[in-house]
Amino acid sequence: MTYETFTVLVDLAAGGLLLAAVLIVWRRDLTAVVRLLAWQGVALAAIPILRGVYDGDRALIGVGVAVLVLRTTVLPRLLARAVGGDAQFHREATPLVNTATSLLVTAVLTLAAFAAARPLVDLQPAASTNAVPAATAVVLIALFVMVTRRHAVSQAAGFLMLDNGIAATAFLLTAGVPLIVELGASLDVLFAVLVIGVLTGRVSHAFGGADLDALQELRD
Amino acid sequence: MTGLLLAAIFAPIGASIAAVIAGWRRATAILIVLSAVTVLGCGAALGWHVGTGPRFAWGGLLRVDALTVTMLIVIGIVATLATWASIGYVDTELAHGHTDARGAREYGALTAAFLAAMVIALCANNIGVIWVAIEATTVITAFLVGHRRTRGALEATWKYVVICSVGVAVAFLGTVLLYYAAEHAGAPAGAALNLDVLAAHVRGLDPGTTRLAGGLLLIGYGAKAGLFPFHTWLADAHSQAPAPVSALMSGVLLSVAFSTVIRIKPIVDTATGPAFMRSGLLVIGLATLVVAALMLTVTSDIKRMFAYSSMENMGLIAVAAAAGTTLAIAALLLHVLAHGIGKTVLFLAGGQLQAAHNSTAIADITAVLRRSRLIGISLAVGVIVLLGLPPFAMFASELGIVRSLADARLGWVLGAGMLMIAVAFAALARNAGRILLGGGAGAPEIAVPGTVAAALAVGVVASVALGISAGPLTGLFNTAALSVGAAP
Repeated sequence: MTYETFTVLVDLAAGGLLLAAVLIVWRRDLTAVVRLLAWQGVALAAIPILRGVYDGDRALIGVGVAVLVLRTTVLPRLLARAVGGDAQFHREATPLVNTATSLLVTAVLTLAAFAAARPLVDLQPAASTNAVPAATAVVLIALFVMVTRRHAVSQAAGFLMLDNGIAATAFLLTAGVPLIVELGASLDVLFAVLVIGVLTGRVSHAFGGADLDALQELRD
Repeated sequence: MTGLLLAAIFAPIGASIAAVIAGWRRATAILIVLSAVTVLGCGAALGWHVGTGPRFAWGGLLRVDALTVTMLIVIGIVATLATWASIGYVDTELAHGHTDARGAREYGALTAAFLAAMVIALCANNIGVIWVAIEATTVITAFLVGHRRTRGALEATWKYVVICSVGVAVAFLGTVLLYYAAEHAGAPAGAALNLDVLAAHVRGLDPGTTRLAGGLLLIGYGAKAGLFPFHTWLADAHSQAPAPVSALMSGVLLSVAFSTVIRIKPIVDTATGPAFMRSGLLVIGLATLVVAALMLTVTSDIKRMFAYSSMENMGLIAVAAAAGTTLAIAALLLHVLAHGIGKTVLFLAGGQLQAAHNSTAIADITAVLRRSRLIGISLAVGVIVLLGLPPFAMFASELGIVRSLADARLGWVLGAGMLMIAVAFAALARNAGRILLGGGAGAPEIAVPGTVAAALAVGVVASVALGISAGPLTGLFNTAALSVGAAP
């Protein structure tokens, strides 16, 4: 692989990551959101695999394949199970901000991410670091989704997207953190999503729906 | 030394496995208490081994210095009291049918695993591993917070898991950026997150990247420490969790998360200059103090009152960390220990009140001192500890923090902080007076299981002892302050 091809492909992967994030903001149907998350997982896994192929680093390719399996099958499947079979839970009915405004905010957040990531790119300009602002934008958009969506599954999806963005930043900046940290972090995320899935089930059982506005009992 | 560290880590892991296999029996419950005592013993024994510099074990994976030892001792004491009282708590819950054998097994296994995760977070040399351990505490305690299975407990668990997971994810982003900066500064790829390697390459860290990393780490671990702006989970989780779990979370989990910030601060300070982290800590600390003091004046729930008081103390601790002198850090550590024991006593006593009244509303609970001598005295001692009155240790620690703020020329912070502490003092004193003395007839009887009584008595004695003399701990606190690069 030449340096030019590598640059184009890495940019493509980072662009795919960002595109998936924007589409998640756009869609309110939760089944579609979960499917988009799986596609975002593909774009994320492409980054370490590309870097591994380009640098001839077999371990990194292995990590990429593990990421691919985890983010495209295991985690989306856990989320899909939390969405469940009941049709009325399939939509994010009342987000705090409407879709058009959300998309505008997403554009502003993307600009902010490019400004915030400036020092990171300047430190070591290269094909992969140049794509970091896209990953940072995904982090900000994910936080925005978590703040504005009121459905339990939407928040879980936002958390997964946040994690995708952070993992992408890690792979773009440093070819991944040391293996022991990578393993521990993936395991923690897996458990966190498992816990959130179980809690979603319990919330919809106890409150008669997965709308988090019902969680208003504890206050001063 | 390696043996001591491994014992502190594997004793709770072993107890957790035993609880999974054998279920909740008297023997496994005692094993969990013993594992907490082991952590305390190992912490105390390691105290003899450490000097000002860090010591490494197990091929550089583990690291111990005076700060680790201090925090291990805090965990050991609080966990011993909390797990001891857990025996009475779970037995009562089983007797009343609030939980079943499966729930009790889960409780035992998770509390022990929670201890193990905190010990690993303190002893790890790699800040990535520290991160993994801190995130593990969130996952492990999720079902402990929701153990009572009520709607309130479920709501608290949801907020706790989501807010803390997001906060800690932000800290992971900070860790990644620090790794990037360290690699760029020439640190070897596999070891660039090790605290000793970071310290060795600290002069080469890029200021811009390190500033971003420091800010993200502060906000991220601040979320787990109950600091503004991600503090909203704290009162809910602490009020809904079983009393011994509240004691563990309030007494040690918050300070374990914050100790990570104290460790990272000198690294960021060298790269960016001391002003950056100092102003961040001051803003976050003061904001936390203001929120906590105001909420203390309006809350009408006894466990939420204790939770907001924990927030107030974490805010004060953050302000002390901003001052950053040896005196400030040593006072901060004394504060952590005194607060840990005092808050444990309060939560355990509060748990018995909750069991007696089936409510935590302050309006329902009066005349405790007349109804139960033990609970009344424990509550009184705990509140006086928290109010920072002599002869208890928080008087000395708050005095130390005040002096260090004055020395660091942070007069306006001192003024604002004192004002908030005064507001909190008034609110706590008013509510405590009502609960303890008040007048009320026909209130239910307060039952106190033997193990809870014993834990309360030991906690009260420990608070008094610490107030009379911190003894050899004073030297340890000073060494710990020097080991995290405090200015003399």
